[in-house]
Amino acid sequence: MSGILVVQEARKDRFFQETLAAGRRLAEWAGLPLEAAAIGDPNKDIFLEISGPPPAKGHAIIHPLLETYTADGYVIAFEQLIRKIEPAYVLFPHTYQARDFVPRLAARFGQVLIGDVTAIEAGPLFVRQLFQGKLDGSYRHQGDGPCFVSIQSGAFRNDLQGGGGMSIDHFTPQLDSAQIRTRPGEPFRASEQTIDLGSAQRIVSVGRGIKEAQNLTLVQELATALGAELAASRPICDNGWLPMERQVGSSGQTVAPKLYLAVGISGAIQHLVGMKGSQCIVAVNKDPDAPIFEVADYGIVGDLFDVVPALTQAVKAAKQ
Amino acid sequence: MKIVVAIKQVPDRETQVRIAPSAKWIDESDLQWAMNEPDAYALEEALQLKEKSGTGEVIVLSAGPERVGQTIREALAKGADRAIHVVCDDLSTLDALGVAGLLAAAIKPENPDLVLTGLQSEDVGLGQTGVIVAELLGLPHATMILHVEKGDTGLKVKRELEEGWFQSIELPTPAVLTMQSGGNKLRYATLMGIKKAKTKELRTVSAAELSVDGAPTVVLEQISMPKKQKSTQILPGSAKEAAATLVEKLKTEARVL
Repeated sequence: MSGILVVQEARKDRFFQETLAAGRRLAEWAGLPLEAAAIGDPNKDIFLEISGPPPAKGHAIIHPLLETYTADGYVIAFEQLIRKIEPAYVLFPHTYQARDFVPRLAARFGQVLIGDVTAIEAGPLFVRQLFQGKLDGSYRHQGDGPCFVSIQSGAFRNDLQGGGGMSIDHFTPQLDSAQIRTRPGEPFRASEQTIDLGSAQRIVSVGRGIKEAQNLTLVQELATALGAELAASRPICDNGWLPMERQVGSSGQTVAPKLYLAVGISGAIQHLVGMKGSQCIVAVNKDPDAPIFEVADYGIVGDLFDVVPALTQAVKAAKQ
Repeated sequence: MKIVVAIKQVPDRETQVRIAPSAKWIDESDLQWAMNEPDAYALEEALQLKEKSGTGEVIVLSAGPERVGQTIREALAKGADRAIHVVCDDLSTLDALGVAGLLAAAIKPENPDLVLTGLQSEDVGLGQTGVIVAELLGLPHATMILHVEKGDTGLKVKRELEEGWFQSIELPTPAVLTMQSGGNKLRYATLMGIKKAKTKELRTVSAAELSVDGAPTVVLEQISMPKKQKSTQILPGSAKEAAATLVEKLKTEARVL
């Protein structure tokens, strides 16, 4: 067991910096050197844009069958690299891709991924959310074998400047096309995007608390009064009450408006990652313990069916 | 197709969860329980696949203590043909590999063409169980699936990617898929369905019988209230008073109006 291996996912540069920051934090507790790994050509930026002191070594995993992502291919490739370099910890950014293959990779080692980690504390203990963000859980790894961890987006910051080169080893896994059982197609969008929530200055966003599609009018009136775009958390779009393109969160759009007003949204992590960068966050919710209040600047605890019409009136009055 | 759907019973999302005195888990007394929502979508997809082809069997599988029987009955009432209940009183002390081990051991003798489950649970939210079941059974898998189409030799599935992107994936059967919510409209159990559910086979098997090596490698050491990331100003008063205060603060303090 030799170090902490931080894995980079192609086209997720910022996220890699955060995962690297988590790795440096872990290195403080574990006293182990950092190494980095990525699939693909080492000359294609993957290792070149590191902020702060570079890892001791980089591992470029190269094979033609890895050019397109498949869970089977990635599991086999990473399994071979990890068996070769025997890291004590392996850190991934918590992306859809990591969620797709790392649990399977960890199981090959008799291990379980500690996923979506928001903090690393002395021990080391890995903190992640439970019960849709209502509680935090601190997890400990025990026994031999590498500890697999994935890091939540936005949980760690890498503010370090500078950088530098690192020596990069090329690693070619033994991989046969027959081992890859899935055939992935090209990514596509469902329809032409007509709403760009990303450029909206103000957003009023609505969640399960609205109860019925017909009640959306209330929230639309508030949005209109504020000159805001209307958005929603996933369940509203799942029900078909608003189009998918108005969804904010990990599976929808990521937004950072000046004002984000969340109505009847409890604040599960999948929603928070899409909006917590907003300048000013307001939450209206009947549950004082709703996780949305953890990221809100202003909160009103109350029935949205009372609060929202009152807000619409107050906004209109303020304009006069 | 013979389809196994793995479902989990979780605390209802409206229910207040409290930390148990041990701080190792929640206090499970006085909780309302419900079917994990992504699992309900997995069940819906399985029922629709069976209805479309006109043949096949949908078997629901759930692990947990006796109370889980209630959620299993709900799945049978919605149209599943039969059920397997892995009786296990200490589910929350197992890690994802331990839970997946129980499920895989129960699935294996059924030899299904397809295993469906939700992409994650609404309680611990690990989002791993289905993928690990695939590994333990040696089957291919795909995650975050919205739609499943059966072809001549395998499946064509629609997978959700991040930020509004999708892809289709082809894979052979047998396979394991984890289902994202929102791909279908969920059905309600009919009165007739509820009546019929009482006569359907519900086989129980004890976790001990499945003899899965369960020493966890990951332990939930402690649960706690989340740390606040910001100091939130909670605005007091009636709806009208709070609304007026908020608008004032958004104008003069936050300067976003």
